[in-house]
Amino acid sequence: MELKVNGERHQVSVPEDMPLLWVLRDVLGLTGTKYGCGMGLCGACTVLVGGETTRSCIRPVSTVTGQPITTIEGVGAHELHRVQRAWIDADVVQCGYCQSGQIMTAVALLESKPRPTDEDIDAAFAGNICRCGTYQRIRAAVHLAAGGTEERK
Amino acid sequence: MSAIDRGRRRFLLTSAGTTAGLVIAFQVPLAARLVRAQEASPAQHPLPPPNAFLQIHPNEEVTILLAHSEMGQGVWTTLPMLIAEELDCDWSQVRVEHAPAAAVYAHTLLGLQMTGGSTSTWSEFDRYRQVGAAARDMLVRAAAAQWQVDPAACRTGNGVVEHEGKRLSYGVLAAKAARVTPPQEVQLKPPSEWKIIGKPTKRLDSRAKVTGVAPFGIDVRMPDLMIAVVARAPVFGAQVKSFDAGGAKAVPGVRAVVQVPSGVAVLAEHFWAAKLGREALKVEWDLGPGASVDTDQMRTEYRSVAGTAGVIAAQAGDLALETFKLALEAEYDVPYLAHATMEPLNCTAKVGPDACELWLGTQFQTIDQKAAAEVAGLKPEQVTIHTTFLGGGFGRRATASAHVVREAVAIAKAVGAPVKVVWTREDDMRGGYYRPQFYHRLAIQLGAEGLPERWDHAIVGQSIFEGTPFASFIKNGVEGAAVEGVSDSPYLKRAPAHRVSLHLPKNPVPVLWWRSVGNSQNAFVMESVIDELASVAKQDPLVYRQRLLADQPRHLAVLNLAAQQAGWGKPLPKGHAHGLAVHASFGSWVAQVAEVSLDAGRARVHRVVCAIDCGICVNPEGVRAQMESGIVYGLSAALYGRIAIKKGRVQQSNFNDYRVLRMNEMPRIEVHIVPSTAKSGGAGEPGTPPIAPAVANAIFALSGRRLRSLPFDLSGQGAAHS
Repeated sequence: MELKVNGERHQVSVPEDMPLLWVLRDVLGLTGTKYGCGMGLCGACTVLVGGETTRSCIRPVSTVTGQPITTIEGVGAHELHRVQRAWIDADVVQCGYCQSGQIMTAVALLESKPRPTDEDIDAAFAGNICRCGTYQRIRAAVHLAAGGTEERK
Repeated sequence: MSAIDRGRRRFLLTSAGTTAGLVIAFQVPLAARLVRAQEASPAQHPLPPPNAFLQIHPNEEVTILLAHSEMGQGVWTTLPMLIAEELDCDWSQVRVEHAPAAAVYAHTLLGLQMTGGSTSTWSEFDRYRQVGAAARDMLVRAAAAQWQVDPAACRTGNGVVEHEGKRLSYGVLAAKAARVTPPQEVQLKPPSEWKIIGKPTKRLDSRAKVTGVAPFGIDVRMPDLMIAVVARAPVFGAQVKSFDAGGAKAVPGVRAVVQVPSGVAVLAEHFWAAKLGREALKVEWDLGPGASVDTDQMRTEYRSVAGTAGVIAAQAGDLALETFKLALEAEYDVPYLAHATMEPLNCTAKVGPDACELWLGTQFQTIDQKAAAEVAGLKPEQVTIHTTFLGGGFGRRATASAHVVREAVAIAKAVGAPVKVVWTREDDMRGGYYRPQFYHRLAIQLGAEGLPERWDHAIVGQSIFEGTPFASFIKNGVEGAAVEGVSDSPYLKRAPAHRVSLHLPKNPVPVLWWRSVGNSQNAFVMESVIDELASVAKQDPLVYRQRLLADQPRHLAVLNLAAQQAGWGKPLPKGHAHGLAVHASFGSWVAQVAEVSLDAGRARVHRVVCAIDCGICVNPEGVRAQMESGIVYGLSAALYGRIAIKKGRVQQSNFNDYRVLRMNEMPRIEVHIVPSTAKSGGAGEPGTPPIAPAVANAIFALSGRRLRSLPFDLSGQGAAHS
């Protein structure tokens, strides 16, 4: 199978039903994408496939061959993405484990909705759990990345 | 080789990413560690060796080695702030690494290298500042010697020593400073000169964490590494009777199947194959007494035990039960809770004939090191621990049994190759080490002005300290963790006659400290009960607390600040109500006011106003973040958290049946910090206890329903006001 990850082509020889997550992490060594639940419940494994957010822990690798896949390693690979800068400015992270998935969700949201409301943010991030409770700062950071202030307007 | 060279060599071996040979680091050899005359100093400890914590490189980078573990709570930033304050270095040049496991990194009070109990900042407040001050002193004396001037006439700032227009940077001075005799004692800056302490400071680990490069234990990779998934006991304490590895070995990618004390491990070239291998494994278990554990039945048993005589944790006056006039009789109970860190448990181990290496996110380096040595058949000093970032801790990565490490070492030893043991979410959720289930029964009589006169309080729940290095915390049969926030409550002490009795029943479910420990349930009980009493006495919940806390200035200050900022007593939108709670824990005082509505049988928390007095606040930005975090953690538990066990089987397995708060349920949180010059308290945990009672009290104000069990059940009769 051929995978296109962050603009690079990779030949992988793995079972067709192997979730994309484990191909990324254990075969390609892209460990920025995290395992949290294995059931698409927590969003830690979120990557973009063809620009759309995908729960890589339940996505069989055979269904994404040939499509452009973006992981956290591909976001801001050369310089920080505005979402990452906003995350730093809003001092979002705590343990940081869920944040790759949160950032992928933010990148996709801002592509489709450049100036999201709080309701848009709630809807987009409802599938991304953060046990450290950084949700309020994520909201602020998304607004910041969208070009606004940290405050809700 | 000089002692300095040896010291440098030792450091380079433990420091990834540094190029040996190019670095002339400023450090003091361990051999030169000074012992300050005990009688001459109020401090009980000798000056810490700066080299263990700090390196200054010729390129001006300052590397700070953390004895503590970063699990989200922010020590990666807060502790370096303490060094930087005294060192006067350039903050933008500060780099941070986790220290290896070594005696020099032991907790200043607890004697073990560990992170927990919301102690890191205040217990290290002096040591890290002393390290910075000692290094600054040596840099200044190196510069002064070069200029042949009085060191006292030199000034420092932003990584530079200055004297009358002459300037030398710390990087340039590092090599010379390393040869200066370390100071016998140092003078720390008075608070009026602090430039960093007290200043809101952004985290130093953000960049690594937003780019996906921050190393967590589960991310460890190395040549020949196998991934292990373990079939563990289906009920607590079960033992493997027999197993058939045939199916597992037939799964492509599976390399080995081995039995270890905790179960049967399936090892494979990647996680997916290991997981499929485990599914194909057949294991027969000898279940043992764990198969009869039932949490509903446990509640019934606890209820009946509460009526018998327990160990007395606090007592005063005469309860005179024969003349007791009940104002309130109430039962409260809380369930087992899983920590559910975002990063499931994992550990990577490599075991050789004379060395063992571990890679994991841990809160307990010293205990893990000893446990690994035992299993590997080595000495503790032959065990190297590489502490990674922790994908959440909350107490779960601090087990006295070191069961995660023991298992990984046993597997790695059995197969003779490096192994990463990965727990699935289900393994993690069902693996025990829960916050214990507890039951409280109270009988209270009110006296003059409706204030408590007689207070009888029974508590039933498992001990978390028994069988751990902290067993000495159990005094005369009283486990402090079970009664904290009750036996030392200012409310209880206002009752001239009171008694707190404790029962610590045993059962096979492993239990553990869970963010804020006993305070997590005891604040729920106490702050709900006070609200009940205010209602019985027909007094405003704020005014009632103000009267009871009249001689508790720090309680009162946070209570009044939170109430004022929340607009207590002012009109709210229709269908909304305020509830409040105040609780002191871990050396800090926290009050919260929650604004809540009820919507289709669910509590919706709109806003939480939080006030904290944590004494000297080293990093206000970090304290705010920890309050937000503690509130969300406590709110998840209050609304949803429950581990139920039937026939020994844990009923929950993943985030579908162990729900936690999500973005769309997130209240607006405002944090107010009381300015203080008092000794620092903790921040990681004290934000958690008040939120459950604050919300419960708001629900009572809204509906008249008093919720005495967690998680809140608003569905039917179970939660009705009684």
